[in-house]
Amino acid sequence: MRKLRIVALAALAPLYAQNIVIQNATIMTVTKGTLEGSVAIKDGKIAEVGEKVMMPQNSTIIDAGGQYVIPGIIDCHSHIAVDGSVNEGSVSVSSMVNIKDVINPEDIAIYRALAGGVTTANILHGSANPIGGQTIVLKMRWGQDAQGMIFEGALPGIKFALGENPKRPGNPPGGRGATQTVPARYPATRMGVEDTIREALNQAKAYKAEWDDYAAKVARGEHPLPPRKDLKLEPLKEVLEGKRYVHAHCYREDEILMLLRVADDYGFKIRTLQHVLEGYKVAQEIAASGAGASTFSDWWAYKVEAYDAIPYNAALMQKKGIVVSLNSDDEELMRHLNTEAAKAMKYGGLSEIDALAMVTINPAKQLGIDGRVGSIEAGKDADLVIYDKYPLSDYAKVQKVLIDGRVYFDRDNDVNGRAAKALEKQKLLDKEKQSQPKPAGGRGPVQ
Amino acid sequence: MKLLGILIGCAVAAGAASNNTVLIRGADVYPVTSEPVKAASILVLDGKIAEIGLKVVAPKGVRVVDGKGLRVYPGMIDSGTSLGLSEIEAIRETVDTGELGEFMPQLCALASVNPDSEHFAVVRIAGITSVITIPAGSPGGGGGRGAARQYVSGQAALIHTFGRTWEDMVVSGPAAMYVQFPTLGAIGGRGGPVPENIAELAGETGARTLTEMLRTYQQEVTKLSDFFEEARRYQKAKAANLPGFVRDLKYEAMLPVLDGKLPVAIAAATPRLIHDAIQFAEKQNVRIVIMQPRELGSAAAELKAKNIPVILGRVLALPRGQDDPYDQAFTLPAEVYKAGIKFAFGTFENQFVRNLPYQAATAAAFGLPQDEALKAITINPAQIWGAGDQLGSLEKDKSADLMVTTGDPLEIQTQVKHVFIRGQEIELSSRQTRLYDKYLNRQ
Repeated sequence: MRKLRIVALAALAPLYAQNIVIQNATIMTVTKGTLEGSVAIKDGKIAEVGEKVMMPQNSTIIDAGGQYVIPGIIDCHSHIAVDGSVNEGSVSVSSMVNIKDVINPEDIAIYRALAGGVTTANILHGSANPIGGQTIVLKMRWGQDAQGMIFEGALPGIKFALGENPKRPGNPPGGRGATQTVPARYPATRMGVEDTIREALNQAKAYKAEWDDYAAKVARGEHPLPPRKDLKLEPLKEVLEGKRYVHAHCYREDEILMLLRVADDYGFKIRTLQHVLEGYKVAQEIAASGAGASTFSDWWAYKVEAYDAIPYNAALMQKKGIVVSLNSDDEELMRHLNTEAAKAMKYGGLSEIDALAMVTINPAKQLGIDGRVGSIEAGKDADLVIYDKYPLSDYAKVQKVLIDGRVYFDRDNDVNGRAAKALEKQKLLDKEKQSQPKPAGGRGPVQ
Repeated sequence: MKLLGILIGCAVAAGAASNNTVLIRGADVYPVTSEPVKAASILVLDGKIAEIGLKVVAPKGVRVVDGKGLRVYPGMIDSGTSLGLSEIEAIRETVDTGELGEFMPQLCALASVNPDSEHFAVVRIAGITSVITIPAGSPGGGGGRGAARQYVSGQAALIHTFGRTWEDMVVSGPAAMYVQFPTLGAIGGRGGPVPENIAELAGETGARTLTEMLRTYQQEVTKLSDFFEEARRYQKAKAANLPGFVRDLKYEAMLPVLDGKLPVAIAAATPRLIHDAIQFAEKQNVRIVIMQPRELGSAAAELKAKNIPVILGRVLALPRGQDDPYDQAFTLPAEVYKAGIKFAFGTFENQFVRNLPYQAATAAAFGLPQDEALKAITINPAQIWGAGDQLGSLEKDKSADLMVTTGDPLEIQTQVKHVFIRGQEIELSSRQTRLYDKYLNRQ
């Protein structure tokens, strides 16, 4: 079955994988310097990058004279393309739910993100629960179905959340007294958040032992009954086995350290600390743990745990040896992550490449997809953004965005197509109006 | 009497001028209202700009700031904040916007400004030297607590971002009366009002029919008009000194509005609402400033014809509708400019005030001339808020509110090297820079 699918995919590929050469551009590869030249794209992959490149057969040429090419932007924290709510808030451990089951490929936020240069995003649940649901990495392949959006082969993750948000259901409006209308749900404190996570991991560890024991017996040639599959514990077992990444929402230094120590106790690594607005206070400890940090450039003061947020956070953590990315967590902010990166130059004095890395190769590393995306190198996916001006400036506009070598966004086409779309919309509205039954008798508008 | 004035009308004079004197030498000076001058000097005497020129003779002993390789601009002005009134958005105890009550013209933002708010330090070191601070709750919201619709929220103030007390900070006490014009559709909905063509189609299958929505809307507009008319009757009764006249603080606060001394800052997002707000203003014979329009359409010509200024909300905002162009909010400033309407920018969320110049830059990327983008955060707001003779440009006798930068202030990478407010140099430190220094050096 699996083989069949691969064959089918291969057959589909030529339908859209055009060969393209982007010429005369300033190419910011992120990992291999910046040069004036061309990028050759063949079968959806970057074939060559250089001052001069070999033209693949039947290439279309994009003349990017005076323009800039950067790798497709990767947003390590997003909630777009999710059908319905992002929180399964009824339980404090909701590891059984999966974003993969609720991808909405028609969310207009996908197109808007694309128009802001985003080609890949890590889609997470909300932060209502200490252990949230399973996450998925998507490519912004606007126009494709849910399955077609999924970043093939990217290791899935799970959302953890610390601090104020998971405490909230434990502290319902009106307090915990008799007048409350919503029952309080454990936990209500940071202590309880730690305990909730430990309890779940404790269960997962026992569950894993059952399966390990089963596997050992099978290996010995015995015929034991398999343990009962537990859909809540299965993803946590994968965490313990290093087969699933933990992306942990956190703010304060105490809870950051807490989670790192819990992970130590259970023998796994936190893949990324998300938000991590006080990460700068415990940067050494984070660096030593090997966790990545994915933060905001300059959001602050929207709640108490964001009051010590500083715009220097990203730069400081980077200086202390952490792999840092800048994320959006917001469908508007997602549209200009290039200038969020530029803020790491302003606040903390990072180089332009270190700054740009925070929205390209660094999030790729954090998501374990840096072999495929995040920089402009031969062999990588042709996920590219063309800007009219220097991309670390707020005067720059995205002109074209390519994913897998296919142009998914073209500003000229977008702008030029508006009149026709407006006309089409008006026609549809008129048609809808005509098809509505005429008000008659008692029916009709209230006077 | 003065005390009464403060308590009742927010009518206070600007604080005592500081005695600050400084010479910035050899910088490129960008006055905004005139062409830049290369390698010039600015002399600040007693908090005011005394002279700008290539050769400025400084009084003996004056402090000299070397401006070589740097640029001098007027300090920036944000026309939509709740600075000093709201510290941590999620914590009600730290938020003083969004009072209860439908008609609350007597409320003064100014006297609730906390001069020690951390937000002031954060924004002034970014070169923002003045802001409008608004008493209304979160944008579009009634009272910030899901309360009933608020019509008149109180008096917005124009303040400097530095001072020991609010009396020190004030530029003009009441800068505008803040009015939230009724909206068509849900109250305070984050998505804003439902587009009319869609509401019409929704018919009875929608939550409310367009007819119903329009009826409620008209009732609310009438209610707002009634209040203004009552205030007008009060004004007449007061002038006639009729026997039995009783002083009323609400109507008293409306008098400067009715006299045309105080503009009404009126939040209206769509062409219909803007049109109706203009009609309202004509009928009531009051000056208005339109706040946070999202779409101008046919209202653009009216705004231009009647010379009504506009405060644009966040440029970095999502389009209104699913099928609106992705860059709708980015291109609105260029559209407003091309229509010949006077405009300025506001950020309308305290945590983003420091990004004011970047919002302006995005507008420039999408068609607004760059010098107009700069004007919209300097001289335009100064003029719109009645402080054009004091703020917004580098000119003789204006308040020495200026920033010295490494380059174009609209560019993110530009660093602000010095900030002066009324001639006083501001220490470029905030809680955030202090935390940075502390933890950068943590062993």
